[in-house]
Amino acid sequence: MRSLRLVGGEEMTVRRIGESQLDDLAVGAAVLGAGGGGNPYLGALLAKQVIGQHGPVDLVAVDEVADDALVVPTAGMGAPTVGVEKLPRGDEPVRALQALQSYLGRPVTHTVSIEAGGSNSTVPLRVGAMLGIPVVDADGMGRAFPEIQMVTATLYGVSATPMALADEKGNIAVINTVDNHWAERLSRSLTIDMGCVAKIALYPLSGRQLKQAMIPGTLSLAEELGRLIRQTRAAHGDPIAAILCRLGGYHLFAGKISDIARRTETGFARGEARIAGTGPHTGCTLAVRFQNEHLVAIRDGQVIASVPDLIIVLDTETGGPITTEELRYGLRVTVIAAPCDFRWRTHQGLALVGPRAFGYDLDYIPVEERFAHPEST
Amino acid sequence: MGGRHVRAETKAPTTADVTGGICRALRGLLAQATVEPGEVQAMMIGTTHFTNALIEARGLVPTAAIRLGLPATQGLPPMVDWPQRLRGPLGGHVYLCHGGHEFDGREISPLNADELRRVAADIAAKGLRSIAICSVFSPVNDECEQQAAEILAAELPGVAISRSHEIGRIGLLERENATIINACLRDLAARIVDALRAALAQLRVTAPLWLSQNDGTLMSVEAAQRYPVATFACGPTNSLRGAAFLAGLRDCAVVDIGGTTTDVGMIRHGLPRPASVAADVAGVRTNFRMPDVYSFGLGGGSLVRDPAGRAEVTIGPDSVGYELASRALVFGGDTLTATDLAVAGGRAVIGDPGKVARLDPDLVRRGLDQITQVIAEAVDRIKMTAAPVLVVVVGGGSVLLGDDGEDLPGAAELIKPDHFAVANAIGAAIAQVGGEVDRIFSLQRQSRDQVLEQAKQEAVDRAVAAGAIRASVQVVDVEDVPLTYLPGNATRVRVKAVGDLELAAGAELAAGAELAAGGWGGDDGAAHR
Repeated sequence: MRSLRLVGGEEMTVRRIGESQLDDLAVGAAVLGAGGGGNPYLGALLAKQVIGQHGPVDLVAVDEVADDALVVPTAGMGAPTVGVEKLPRGDEPVRALQALQSYLGRPVTHTVSIEAGGSNSTVPLRVGAMLGIPVVDADGMGRAFPEIQMVTATLYGVSATPMALADEKGNIAVINTVDNHWAERLSRSLTIDMGCVAKIALYPLSGRQLKQAMIPGTLSLAEELGRLIRQTRAAHGDPIAAILCRLGGYHLFAGKISDIARRTETGFARGEARIAGTGPHTGCTLAVRFQNEHLVAIRDGQVIASVPDLIIVLDTETGGPITTEELRYGLRVTVIAAPCDFRWRTHQGLALVGPRAFGYDLDYIPVEERFAHPEST
Repeated sequence: MGGRHVRAETKAPTTADVTGGICRALRGLLAQATVEPGEVQAMMIGTTHFTNALIEARGLVPTAAIRLGLPATQGLPPMVDWPQRLRGPLGGHVYLCHGGHEFDGREISPLNADELRRVAADIAAKGLRSIAICSVFSPVNDECEQQAAEILAAELPGVAISRSHEIGRIGLLERENATIINACLRDLAARIVDALRAALAQLRVTAPLWLSQNDGTLMSVEAAQRYPVATFACGPTNSLRGAAFLAGLRDCAVVDIGGTTTDVGMIRHGLPRPASVAADVAGVRTNFRMPDVYSFGLGGGSLVRDPAGRAEVTIGPDSVGYELASRALVFGGDTLTATDLAVAGGRAVIGDPGKVARLDPDLVRRGLDQITQVIAEAVDRIKMTAAPVLVVVVGGGSVLLGDDGEDLPGAAELIKPDHFAVANAIGAAIAQVGGEVDRIFSLQRQSRDQVLEQAKQEAVDRAVAAGAIRASVQVVDVEDVPLTYLPGNATRVRVKAVGDLELAAGAELAAGAELAAGGWGGDDGAAHR
């Protein structure tokens, strides 16, 4: 921690994110990804390169951002399977942000993550390091979701556009759409033409809007989760218990993956992992249904957790997070659920990311209401 | 081996010159089996030599790493995630050039011949003798790598060129890393293969020489010179397959108990189950399919302790290792080892059982229960279903589990096959040849079934091209993962096919050998087939 003396004489605390925090952040971001958001290994490696070159990034708390600040979230869009092969040029998110800045005609003061879960957690850190602007410790999901409109800012009337997309060739597109669903649709088409990976700058918001519409503290939460897993493992403790404690989560199930079924529907990988119980769950089966992220957990025919709460699959041995792409026959896993941000539990929030938004005809019941007390499985 | 039967087995210590031990083993084998050297039809060798060379950073040559993909990929240049220990010997000669493809086959940028000639001039000036080329999406379209290789070969005659599409799967950094590892081992591979050939010629063995690959299949010695990296995981693979074969099983768990550690793996349809995580080789991230093996510190030499106030006896993870024959109680030593417990408990007769006759029977019983429990837990971790599995036990430390039929929770049956000491060499000798396809297919104009059929046919053709008898080739693994966040309907398909090696007409006689590299203190085992 260090203090900065501001012009007004106010003091504010700033955390710096350096190379040493990035491995922890990547692991924690994969936990918050709830199966989605892609593997953050490459994102962390890229951020290490940039921070090694430009120095650490300042991370500021939401309430330290001035009301009239111009905050522009930055992120990556596209297929993770392509992203691991066509690596980025490196400056794509900076060029997207600068394009949006030119369009808006005002200097951007901060960037922020749109999605703390998965590889998008590290994109703003690269932008912050390269441009020397602070990154706000917040995000727009508190987890990972597959589509652009699935951001808390949508609930507060913030428009995803004007939105800029940049590819590695130098192409830049700025789009303006009638609503955030259209932003998803048009940017998806552009991304495919750009070779299925693009970096984006979108949802420009004021400091005032940020405080209301974004979820505070999630980037440092990711870093803390990764650190907890690493330190608990080193002390031969129980990393899963440490994660449950930090997230206020619930232990759903432990077992071995006995079957994986995947299919493609309108471009999104849908599937189901069936987990045969071990230990106290011997004889029981947990089905985890996913579409990029884990959406619904069904134990012996009964739903025990659902989106937008976080359903997280962890390696039973190491406590390490497992993404939907990594789900494989025979893995030993522990499934936990953690409450989502309160904004998602409103009527509007559930209309946007509740079970029905993903095609499941069931009512959302918060995970803490399903479980009287932790570990009661 | 003659057909499916083991005709003779022998073991000889590894020698520093690599081939000395193998010659001695082979000579002993031919004498034992009363076989003329000319009658041997195939010679299979599984070696960890190249893996160890990388681990010890020994025998590696400075290598040029050329990546084709500009303007993409600059954010993470080649070797970005390599440990300094290896980056030093390789020299860090990294070149980023134009070229590469998109996921759907479009060009990222055209290949630039002048740019490549400038790179060639720099490589010549630096005197580099080995090149790794990696182009973006080369598993989908290998044109750029092929053309770049031609341009470079014309400028740099005699320089070894490794192309990534022949080595790895999708995942640029991991495939590129594997290609660079391959390139830096080419010189060593040429020398080892020449030495092995000379050794066989000296013994008047005229049979073709094959080397074991990571997945348990074989490659010709010519291929091994070009793709040494494909031998990296053959050690555990051959042990698992050899053990299953000796027990006559195609689906089982294998427990390989050594002096210090125990490895547990699963065999499914005759092949080891691959691990799901990225394989880290000597600190370098690659995407080889390594067998899923669970290792823990229990072996014949494990130290036994009975701390006061604790209910459980502790066994290992430390071990007397190769000093078992002098330090264990049954050999007149002063250290209580797991082997002593096995002898005292009547599971084995080794050394002088009288020396452990006065051990506390309660300690012996609790110690042996502990051993059984630890192994049972390991088998339970690795198996797929709750149903009991057949368990094959091999290795010098297998005495710890007593005789056939000994109760092991979760095991349907416990099998200790003959010839278990040379299971690794047997694994090499029974190996088949394979073909693999791993590509992204578009589902725009073809159905998923058509795509899978096409991929299967390609894999079978590749197995036949590698030397398999067509009628024996079977598709053993099919996996398709739809690309996420892509409305274009593309799917990544991976198919593996394996078949029996086509041997010259007549009697089937093959010799398999495990060539343990110097430094591991292993034995060169050989089995004659």
